[in-house]
Amino acid sequence: MANRRDFLRGVLAGGAALTAGVATDPACARETRQRPPEALGLLYDATLCVGCKACVAACKEANGNPPVFSTEDQLWDTPLDTNGYTFNLIKMYRNGTMDTKDQEVNGYSFMKVSCMHCADPSCVSACPVSAMTKDPETGIVGYNPDKCIGCRYCVAACPFGIPKYQYDDPTGRIGKCELCRHRYKDGHYSACAEVCPTGATLYGKTSDLLAEAKRRLAMKPGQVNRFPRGKIGGPDQSYEMPAGTYLQHVYGEKEYGGTQVLKLSGVNFQKVGMPDLPPESAAALSETIQHTLYSNLLMPFAVLGAMTFAAKRNVKADEGETANDSERKEG
Amino acid sequence: MANHTHAAPAPVGGRLLNATTLVAGVLVALMATLLLVRFIFGLGSVTNLNDGYPWGIWVVVDVIIGSAFACGGFSVAMLVYIFNRGEYHPLVRPALLASLFGYTLAGAGVIFDLGRWWNVWNMFWPGSVNLNSVMFEVAICITAYIIVMWIEFSPTFLEQMGREDTKRKLSRVMFFVIALGTVLPMMHQSSLGTLLVVLGVQIHPLWRTPLEPLLYLLTAVTMGYAVVLFESCVASSAYRRKIEMHLLTPLSKIMLGFLVAYLVVRFGDILVRGALGSAFAPSLEALMFWLETACFAAPLVLIGREADRRNPAKLFLAGILLMLGGALLRINGFLIGYETGDGFSYFPALPELLVTIGMFALEVLGYIIITRRFPVLPREA
Repeated sequence: MANRRDFLRGVLAGGAALTAGVATDPACARETRQRPPEALGLLYDATLCVGCKACVAACKEANGNPPVFSTEDQLWDTPLDTNGYTFNLIKMYRNGTMDTKDQEVNGYSFMKVSCMHCADPSCVSACPVSAMTKDPETGIVGYNPDKCIGCRYCVAACPFGIPKYQYDDPTGRIGKCELCRHRYKDGHYSACAEVCPTGATLYGKTSDLLAEAKRRLAMKPGQVNRFPRGKIGGPDQSYEMPAGTYLQHVYGEKEYGGTQVLKLSGVNFQKVGMPDLPPESAAALSETIQHTLYSNLLMPFAVLGAMTFAAKRNVKADEGETANDSERKEG
Repeated sequence: MANHTHAAPAPVGGRLLNATTLVAGVLVALMATLLLVRFIFGLGSVTNLNDGYPWGIWVVVDVIIGSAFACGGFSVAMLVYIFNRGEYHPLVRPALLASLFGYTLAGAGVIFDLGRWWNVWNMFWPGSVNLNSVMFEVAICITAYIIVMWIEFSPTFLEQMGREDTKRKLSRVMFFVIALGTVLPMMHQSSLGTLLVVLGVQIHPLWRTPLEPLLYLLTAVTMGYAVVLFESCVASSAYRRKIEMHLLTPLSKIMLGFLVAYLVVRFGDILVRGALGSAFAPSLEALMFWLETACFAAPLVLIGREADRRNPAKLFLAGILLMLGGALLRINGFLIGYETGDGFSYFPALPELLVTIGMFALEVLGYIIITRRFPVLPREA
């Protein structure tokens, strides 16, 4: 019976160790990360967007991506969603008679879909081989195909559905917006913002973009205001325009610890396809669990020690037994 | 502890070519052909994977469920060597063999699914590894465990090859190999559940919990015992051997212990998080949740009484139900309860299914060849 008691004790001890490990230990808690001070990003203002899709075409060109077709004649680039070859897309929300722009009922709205460059990205936390990384200064979430093993954990992890894999290619890559970081050395910035005729997509430091977003939220609807175009802090390309009717919410200010791409809209963000996210990132929770269980490998080594001790005691007797068995077999 | 005397393991013998091995062989050949197509034309040529469902059955069934089915070796070895229940010793080798195949193929299955498999060395390259990644932990642990398991199982080959002195040398350090062989699966089986955590709000509330690692570990152990019940019954009937009821009856009681612990944690967690309401919504997720729960709960009724646990048919059925329940927990978490936005759906393509079937066929084929030619199953009295 001693043996049965040992067994139960073992089960209980193991269970207790696990529960203790899984229950959040503040020492190992990994806080949700915030944007770096010099973070770069975009501000997309749906009320300024006219749906011309110049940004979609410019993105394709800047990234050397082929057109993707969804129509029979295959004449124009017509992707229905972002994919391995489409890193930026303007989607449309429509309701009822579609009379009024930026109105939820009987209205319509546009929404830009591209990488949000999260302060605490799930894809970077997920990637086992550091192919997806966040630049410590610019905060740009970049991708390195030479490290990528194509496991697509980043694709699964992203709450915005951004990293996408090229399934049609035996050497397919992950495709996603990298904020045109490859164009900076030539004095360029994000192609989508460069070509945007209305300044609906604006490039700049996220801190500046956030201030600009707050300025717009304070505007009286219909009142004429100046709106910058291209790049905040670049040459003045601003123009005058009556302010739209905004929801008092800068999407990306707080979501998952904040994103470097910010969005303004007149229509509910969930209605135009942006997920409702808590201020704590999933990456922080995932890493808190991992680091609690594996901090300095203390727990695995403790369990291994206990297991080795038990096995050392029990395997000896067992080996004698199998030795007898072998003799019997040979005899 | 009483000294248990068991019949020594011995090869079953008999012909390797029969209807079962022939069918398995054809399925394996089919799989090999389809994999050739996959490597030449890309993942999209044989799978229904898409931008909304980047993981399909090759990940969820072949790797996540396959490795959980392969927990028999770990569960039984833990019982025998850690909790000193030597009476179960005859179950170790057959269970370990099934695990060896399950894991080795899960490891191979990962390569088939990797879109950029030639870069896989980065997983072991210090300059590349990401210690924050759950996937990294899973990959390292599974790789280590596959190696450990081959060492654990190697006495079987050494015996057959007459390398008794190598076997004796190995046996001096075997206790450590066995200890590693219990810790590594605990680590990665729990982490397979943690994989879901970073997916965050995309996972349905019924499967979205920080207790994921504990749930996956408890079910992996339970499934390990369930697989042993299943496999013992199948091996007995296929090889016309006596069924080891004197071992399976008490083993099933231990299995029920883990099952009860799991159900307490599972439902405690759902209640505490306030997610139970969504189990009553008219949705596919709710239906699948109850199906999963039924598979876990039914064995409590089926083999709850000692008399029922002496009935091999009931043990067999309970084993299948628990394997199914554990499989559903994983399918529900990774596929059914995974919502990536409108416009995406996934159901495996025929070639995709055939590869998964081919993997299981390869396991059956390997099990038959090795048990017939190497000392794995106890010699019949």
